[in-house]
Amino acid sequence: MPLLEGKGVTRYFGGLAAVHKVDFYVERGEIVGLIGPNGAGKTTLFNLISGALVPQSGQIHFKGENITGLKPHVICKKGIARTFQLVRIFPNMSALENVALAALFGRPDGLSMKQALEEAEKWLEFVGLSAVKGVPARNLTLANQKRLEVARALATDPELLLLDELMAGLNPTEVAQAMDLVNQIRERGITVFVVEHVMKAIMGICDRIIVLHHGEKIAEGTPQEIANSRTVIEVYLGE
Amino acid sequence: MKILLEVLITGLLMGGLYALISVGLSLQYGVARILNISHGEFIMLGGMTTWALYTALHISPLLALAICGPLALGLGYLIHRTLFKRLLDRAPSFAVFEGNSMLAAFGLMFILQNIALIAWGAEIRGYSYLSIPVHFLGTLFGANRLLTFGIALAIGLAFYLFLNLTRTGKAIRAAAQDPATAGLMGVNINNVLALCFGLGAAMASVAGVLISMCYPVHASMGLEYTVIAIIVVVLGGLGSIPGSFLGGFILGLVGSIVTFLEPGLALVAYYIIFIVLLLIRPTGLLGR
Amino acid sequence: MRLGKINPKKLWVPGATFVVLALLATLPLYASTYSVILLTSILMFVILALSWALFSAPTGYISLAPAAFFGVGIYTSAILGKQLPFPLVVSLGGLISFCLALLVGALTLRLRGIYFAMFTFGLVELIKHFWLWYEIQFTGTRGRFVVVVPHNTIYLAMFAVFVLLLLTTYLVRRSRLGLALRSIGECEEAAAHIGVNVNALKTVMFAVSAIFMGAAGSIIATRWTYVDPYIAFNPLYSFMAVLMALFGGLGHPYGPILGAAIFAYLEELLITRFPYYYMLIFGVVLIITVLYLPEGLIGLIGKIWRRVRGGHYAAA
Repeated sequence: MPLLEGKGVTRYFGGLAAVHKVDFYVERGEIVGLIGPNGAGKTTLFNLISGALVPQSGQIHFKGENITGLKPHVICKKGIARTFQLVRIFPNMSALENVALAALFGRPDGLSMKQALEEAEKWLEFVGLSAVKGVPARNLTLANQKRLEVARALATDPELLLLDELMAGLNPTEVAQAMDLVNQIRERGITVFVVEHVMKAIMGICDRIIVLHHGEKIAEGTPQEIANSRTVIEVYLGE
Repeated sequence: MKILLEVLITGLLMGGLYALISVGLSLQYGVARILNISHGEFIMLGGMTTWALYTALHISPLLALAICGPLALGLGYLIHRTLFKRLLDRAPSFAVFEGNSMLAAFGLMFILQNIALIAWGAEIRGYSYLSIPVHFLGTLFGANRLLTFGIALAIGLAFYLFLNLTRTGKAIRAAAQDPATAGLMGVNINNVLALCFGLGAAMASVAGVLISMCYPVHASMGLEYTVIAIIVVVLGGLGSIPGSFLGGFILGLVGSIVTFLEPGLALVAYYIIFIVLLLIRPTGLLGR
Repeated sequence: MRLGKINPKKLWVPGATFVVLALLATLPLYASTYSVILLTSILMFVILALSWALFSAPTGYISLAPAAFFGVGIYTSAILGKQLPFPLVVSLGGLISFCLALLVGALTLRLRGIYFAMFTFGLVELIKHFWLWYEIQFTGTRGRFVVVVPHNTIYLAMFAVFVLLLLTTYLVRRSRLGLALRSIGECEEAAAHIGVNVNALKTVMFAVSAIFMGAAGSIIATRWTYVDPYIAFNPLYSFMAVLMALFGGLGHPYGPILGAAIFAYLEELLITRFPYYYMLIFGVVLIITVLYLPEGLIGLIGKIWRRVRGGHYAAA
């Protein structure tokens, strides 16, 4: 049984299919990539998994349990955490508060304030933000804000982490650091599902890649297979 | 049948005025992102100034149109340059600006209303202008009602043409679509925003002049008209000029029909429409 | 985040609070009737501003509904005041407001920003006009007479509601609930995705804040003795609550209290002789606050205090 499994997941906006009958699965311990041109429905699919949107048809199962249509906070407590394409931090709170909030509310077992703060320190250290933990999040650099989002997501103690364009807007060094971070997360036993717009960044870290185009799944396979796939090349060249 | 016709025409006449009241508010929100709670105060200023000019100097309300419109345009322009531009420069996001500008507009409402109260007192004022009955489609209507309706339509149409045909109008529409890009294309964005706010104020004061030709006016009448304008604008779609006209006519008709059936419930009907609409379709009938 | 370290230099704040509360609680014993009546008014505005801030300050939702809940309280008193004992009437005023707010809160979950503000404003007007129609249609009169209650009783009831509100505000701010509310104000979407039950929290806090508005309404109605829908559901009470709270500052509960106290006193001085000037000042102060005092009076005082003390208390 896969950790996460979607069957025929569909979501329309107006008359337009943002995600159309998409089947997907993510095995425990994998790093799976979700790629596709702009407007392919990648973020929409993440929104459907994390509960920000409700699918019009199809089902999503997590650890064998049907989570279709559950509210975001419930899905979070079940063990799916996410980051956002455009950073959504709590700007006027310190980095430590940002992460501590997640530890306080994102777990099924309630932590005390003291435990939550310890947990937050731990994850800030993990993503390398210990030095700026007291700084209001709005004053961090974009790369650090993205790391903060990762720490915040991890503090909810997830089994599955959805990373939405972690690398977008980062310079090459920062991209390399972010790729290391993703690998470290996997080493912690957390399954990772990543959306990336840039193909290069994703090829190096993923075990398996799913390609969306116009809301439909057009290819799936190892990075090697995807790189050689004629359909995928056509879609990207045709863009 | 005759009664039905009368109800319909009353509704349409009312609707024309409602539309004119609302166009300015819609423009101010659509382009400048200001929910101008003080909109009704400009209506009040238009109405009260016309009354003052008529009773003191016997200046015709039609001439008052030409006086109040430009004055309100200038006042609105200045208010935007001094107050709202500052708020815009300081706000970290549009959401914050919308909240702050609404609160500042509340402040403006209190200031304008109470200056008027200090200057003119709280009494209800009125004058008689063209209140001769005229036969229209077999029913009697005041000539002033028909005249104001005609002027309201003409002004609305002129305004629509202005937005669609002139250079300035096109700049305004560009700014409404995408302020940042409009700035890049050489549109002086601060000027356009201030102009829009001024135009909104001018439309309000012109509506105020027309209102004073048919109904009594007083210094604290502003808020009730603001409320009507907000309802119309939400009905038609916040920021949509044709929407304001559609919303105005619908609300005018609803008003006259409900008044005919149960006079006490007209305002209740307005608010029910308003609240239900906000819940099921906050973007309104023609909103984006 | 306040980590529970007690700074002895800051003990004077709770100390002073306690002394002031004790003085207020015993006011009828030593003060004139005039002072008791004046302080009742001040406390009423303090309750409106502080309970508005309880929900709106952390979440950033501008609610213009206080007048609706205040009015519901007023009419609870007007309708039930003659049959039921005073404390029960006040509790019912709070309870009915709570239930109404729960319904409104659940309905408006999707509305953000100015749409929420417009809805809550429309609510006040809808209730006012509907109620006016109902009264004229079914009771045949426009207004009602409210049972008269002694000034001291009114004052003590208002004080009790104030203390409860203060306690609630303190507990919410100290608890994880307060943090969760702030996270909604900072970024609602992110809050939901880190496990905050955004909808439930918003609805419940909106309703809790309405309890105090309703209770204040049912108390003050007994002093007004006559009410009609225009008096009870006057949107001005919403505007006042918002302005007073903003002017005082939303960063600390003492902000709205300070703002409301200053304006309530100003109203007492000006409203009968110079009502228009009072409202004019009101508007000017609102604009100045939005333009130059984003953190309100309490933020300004804090800034000056820090400067005077040479930055001993660096910003946390």
